Amino acid sequence: MLEIRNLHARIAEDGTEIIRGLNLTVKAGEVAAIMGPNGSGKSTLSYILSGREDYEVTEGDILYNGESILELDPSERAAKGIFLAFQYPVEIPGVATMQFLKVALNEQRKYRGEDELSTPDFIRRVKDAAAKLQINPDMLKRPLNVGFSGGEKKRAEILQMALLEPKLCVLDETDSGLDIDALKIVSDGVNALRSPDRAVIVITHYQRLLEYIVPDSVHVLYKGQIIKSGDKSLALDLEANGYADIIDAAA
Amino acid sequence: MNMQTAITMTAAETALVDAYTAQIGELPGEGAVLSARDSLLANLRQQGLPTRRVESWHYTDLRALLRVVPAFDPTAFAEKVDPLVPGSSVLSVLNGKADTRNLPAGINVRSYAESLIDGVAAADLVERDQDDAIGRINGSFVRDGFEIEVPEGTELEQPVEFQLVQSAGQSHSRFPVTFGANSKATIIERHLSVNDAASLVTVVSDLILDEGAEITWIILQQQGASDSHLAQVNFDLGTNAKLRLFIINAGGKLVRQEVHGVTTGEGADFKLRGINLLGAETHTDVTFTLGHDVPNTTSTEILRNVLFDRAKGVFQGQIRVAPDAQKTDAKMACNTLLLSDDADFSAKPELEIFADDVQCGHGATVIDINPTHLYYLRARGIPENKARAMLVNAFVDEIVEELEDEGLIETLETIIAAWLEKHA
Repeated sequence: MLEIRNLHARIAEDGTEIIRGLNLTVKAGEVAAIMGPNGSGKSTLSYILSGREDYEVTEGDILYNGESILELDPSERAAKGIFLAFQYPVEIPGVATMQFLKVALNEQRKYRGEDELSTPDFIRRVKDAAAKLQINPDMLKRPLNVGFSGGEKKRAEILQMALLEPKLCVLDETDSGLDIDALKIVSDGVNALRSPDRAVIVITHYQRLLEYIVPDSVHVLYKGQIIKSGDKSLALDLEANGYADIIDAAA
Repeated sequence: MNMQTAITMTAAETALVDAYTAQIGELPGEGAVLSARDSLLANLRQQGLPTRRVESWHYTDLRALLRVVPAFDPTAFAEKVDPLVPGSSVLSVLNGKADTRNLPAGINVRSYAESLIDGVAAADLVERDQDDAIGRINGSFVRDGFEIEVPEGTELEQPVEFQLVQSAGQSHSRFPVTFGANSKATIIERHLSVNDAASLVTVVSDLILDEGAEITWIILQQQGASDSHLAQVNFDLGTNAKLRLFIINAGGKLVRQEVHGVTTGEGADFKLRGINLLGAETHTDVTFTLGHDVPNTTSTEILRNVLFDRAKGVFQGQIRVAPDAQKTDAKMACNTLLLSDDADFSAKPELEIFADDVQCGHGATVIDINPTHLYYLRARGIPENKARAMLVNAFVDEIVEELEDEGLIETLETIIAAWLEKHA
């Protein structure tokens, strides 16, 4: 589903290279965890996948279902099924949450040549998804993410993911700022979306999240490269021994 | 010896003077009304239109900007349209002529032409000061409008809509409105053009709010892209009177909307909320003065401006606090979203405070769309244009939401969204 080939990327503004020859393949149905120390390029990778224009790809390619997505803008990538759950969801005053959800859903459908959802159908879907994530309906009446607690923001991200039904989900440190209860609710939400035709990339610092969202593969990102890949036991190994050994071995 | 320096008149000034000569026989009113008109026109002829050297017109050089004055067009045809809010009492002025059929019950209303004919209007036809170009032009040419009195204690369930529809030529209208003690009403002053022909529209509304009156007055200006629109609202707030004035400018080529008010009774409260949607080559000026003349009165002014293309916008806001107007609370804010490098907005806030126990403040900001907000919306599949429109909408929507009336909010939101869709 996703194939990243020898990717090099830098910050557009100052030219700092962050991703330095990254290779990664994620298959449909797979849950891949990406772990790595601070500053290794984890969040940058998620932004680049989503098409954020603050970064420039200088070499290599990103293939999604066999096609390069480098020329697609963020909205086109989203409509094709790539979803990034943000580490820091953005507060947007004046934009009503429900209106935002409806526009996002219908713009994606429009792009794919599907009919727009009727309002009752849309409201029913939102209510169902919100209930599963234990989201208070009052939250949806507020402007987008404005005044939400950290945990509410993360749940709202997963709500968006559930509604938009993406094919490739990228979760950027979704566990940060969550207490155990919220972590469980969010993980259940993600696990409910696991399916043979959907891939999930979980970016995290900690093994803890991977106890709830059990990965098929684990990749260690360091200085903009994947330096080691393995199965879920690699995450346990990292938790026990830290990154130093793997970094030394790769050097 | 009379040594007046004769100015060289511009084409527009000449056209105004010529139009007066041609029209005066047709305009209602004699005696005192006629001599008031003559003296206003004489001042116009003598002083010409104001230039940037006149302080209150510094950012809107009317003499340079008013290029063409279309001739009066007696053949022009315009029809009443459906009111903005279903169920409103509609008072139409079609190409400058009031439609006096089906006048609403519950309020005292007559056409302003009647007031001009019986001479009562003569007292209105004066200049605010020597720089009052709008009062001068409007007073010279005023032909019609409506004079209204909302009786004491009357609460109007439905809005009254002044509907000014213009298809060509000129129209000069006036709306003296007295709101009796403890009356409540929503008035919509709506300006429309039915085609692209250039028009000159002037309008002066004089509002008196008696004790305890609570009034919402909404000005929705949607004139054509070639039109000149010169408007003035004057108000006087009595004890505990509350006036909310919403101004939405979403049309016109050359627009000057003046608002001049005084608080004359303690406990009076004034709110100005303005949305300027400016695109293409429009030049739009909102000029506001408020005198807090007595103690314990409050006001807030918030303007949100959105500029595209080569649009130019101006806000001048002056708050004066009289020496004994203690405990005045006045806050003014002007926020501008500049969406084009060629657009330009000038904000000039002024506080003149002569009392020592007051709270007064003002602020002006100029911003661009927040790129992180834009990216977030796009990352959810919303195309860039649509995402931008949503964010611009959000910027002005906070003002609209204050109206509380769901139907009205939705109607105005639709108009704003349509405008943004067209210009973004």
